[in-house]
Amino acid sequence: MSATSDPAPAATENSPRTSLSGRVGGLIGSDVGIVPVLIALVVLIIYFQVRSSVFLSADNVTNLFIQAVGFILLGMAEVWLLLLGEIDLSLGWVAGMSGSIAAIYTNVKFGWPWWLAFLAALAFCTAIGALWGVLVVRLKLPSIIVTLAGSFIVEGLLLYILDHVFNGGGAPVQSNVLSNLTNGDLTPTFTWIFVIAVIVISATVLIVRERARRKAVLVVAPFYRIVVKLAALSVMGIVLALLFNSNRGSFIPIEGMPFAVPLIIGIVAIYSFILSRTKFGRYMYAIGGNTEAARRAGIPVNRYRVYAFMLGGFTAGVGGLFYVSRLGGYSSSSTDSTLVLYAVAAAVIGGTSLYGGRGKMIYPLVGGIIVAVIYNGLVLTQVSAPMEFVVIGVVLLGAVTVDSLARRSQSLLK
Amino acid sequence: MSESVTSNSAHAEVVGGSDVGGDGSMLLSLRGITKSFGAVQALRHVDLDVPAGQVTALIGDNGAGKSTLIKAIAGIWEPTSGEKFWMGKKMQTHTPKDAANLGIATVYQDLALCDNLDIVANMYLGYEATKHEVLDEIAMEKTAQQTLKDLSVSTVQSVRQIVGSLSGGQRQAIAVARAVMRDAKLVILDEPTAALGVTQTAQVLDLMTTLASRGIGVLVISHNLNDVFEVADRLAVMYLGTLVSSGPKSNYTMSSAVELITTGTTSRAA
Repeated sequence: MSATSDPAPAATENSPRTSLSGRVGGLIGSDVGIVPVLIALVVLIIYFQVRSSVFLSADNVTNLFIQAVGFILLGMAEVWLLLLGEIDLSLGWVAGMSGSIAAIYTNVKFGWPWWLAFLAALAFCTAIGALWGVLVVRLKLPSIIVTLAGSFIVEGLLLYILDHVFNGGGAPVQSNVLSNLTNGDLTPTFTWIFVIAVIVISATVLIVRERARRKAVLVVAPFYRIVVKLAALSVMGIVLALLFNSNRGSFIPIEGMPFAVPLIIGIVAIYSFILSRTKFGRYMYAIGGNTEAARRAGIPVNRYRVYAFMLGGFTAGVGGLFYVSRLGGYSSSSTDSTLVLYAVAAAVIGGTSLYGGRGKMIYPLVGGIIVAVIYNGLVLTQVSAPMEFVVIGVVLLGAVTVDSLARRSQSLLK
Repeated sequence: MSESVTSNSAHAEVVGGSDVGGDGSMLLSLRGITKSFGAVQALRHVDLDVPAGQVTALIGDNGAGKSTLIKAIAGIWEPTSGEKFWMGKKMQTHTPKDAANLGIATVYQDLALCDNLDIVANMYLGYEATKHEVLDEIAMEKTAQQTLKDLSVSTVQSVRQIVGSLSGGQRQAIAVARAVMRDAKLVILDEPTAALGVTQTAQVLDLMTTLASRGIGVLVISHNLNDVFEVADRLAVMYLGTLVSSGPKSNYTMSSAVELITTGTTSRAA
């Protein structure tokens, strides 16, 4: 993961990072923005493990990852928008729409091949995003209002469809592929192969990049940082592989890493690459940082804003596929209007700024896991459902406060 | 006797030298530039010459038309009438991009930098170097470093610093370096020292001298006559939309400049 989550070309050497989290993590280097969040995650894990001994059981950890997948993907969807200082409040229902379309068309009644149904679902979500984007750009409407209205529209459409397609019976998941997104596992052997491949690829990328900088006689970060990073990654990978590979079934043995994990890591890797290594990503950051500067640099700002909405819709669509897969189907009673707020929470808790210009795809990955840990942990420790909302709300408020303080300290520096 | 003391006159310098082509020895020549916004005439028959390798200061009171004039040069808007000549040839620029392609770089007061990106990313914004569609960070970093070195900008520790963490003078330097890196032949600076402290002002003035010594034409708007007299080779004074006087710095004294700025004429010859 860490190989691809290293986008900020700015993050090498001793550049004075201005975010609060940056300064806290300054000792560790490069991906410092995420370090305090990781520490918070570890604290949470220890807390819940102390309160409930099953928290770190193989069964629960797997379950937790599957729960996190929805938050992570919707969080990544929001990152595309938050980077530009926009937001999309309709993504929760867009995800529901995607899952429902996939479930409906792979149902025996329609019998589409899974890839065609997935494609239709994702195309729909991307188109919805494009629509919001065009409204925001052309009519100069604030995205929060456009997508709030959009949220109601998509919700209504979805409930209507669910009530009519199967006469109110919802849309059960009948496709194996759709079901396996969250219920299928790699074999233990492939779990190891995957973990080792990630470590080797990360090491190669980090070392090749270091070599290239050295060769060009540019300042390089101390080598121990790479070692620390790779060591942390390896330990994490091995622990997870051991957990996933231990039997968590009660009647028949269930073992191996859920398919969802490599899929998510793959998406994070691709998105991180786009953000950190391509012009497209650079322009996203530039527009979020200073729209006027981006415009004067010849960047077609409005077109990029529409792209952001489209990518948000697309990513939420992917999240919807995983979401419906976990639920086993989608009906008008399984809808979840708070999903989008968890998505924003995942992005912001990870360290994405609400003010635009700061964020990485690794943030919602960690943020989504934190949301899932809280969610899952509170259930295990038998905290009542209303209190769950309170806790998540407090955590989100805390994350936004940190974001705001970081921003203020940055503007004070000038 | 100086031509600069007569108000509203055609330029003595270009008499005989220019017909349709402007003054071929000049980097930029404006002839009879007029700009109206409805009933308001912001610019009236402005003639201005900007030579290469020198610092030309454009001075004048608020509302004198300085910003309107540089925006006409930078292609933000077209003059209502009049002609612009670039190295003796008629300029056909209608957009900022056209002007930039000719080598005219404008650094506005707000600098247009992205605080969340590092120096390299800002210097290359919109013109990133890529290798197989992937950003070529190493090539960009090397060039950025070299450019700053050439401009004797030594105060930034690392080109990988986030621009939001830089001081006002450093930010100004980055904005200028960004222009220079794109092979600008004329750099227009709008109030570059307005918000700066003493040391930083000195750095920016040094930077302007460095630019001029490299053969680049510098056109600087400033309110600060101390700065102007310290760094400029030539002065051009605007008053209520007209260019009332221009010429080498030696033609002016501080008091004659002040008088031109405030009244449009001067009683004393330098």
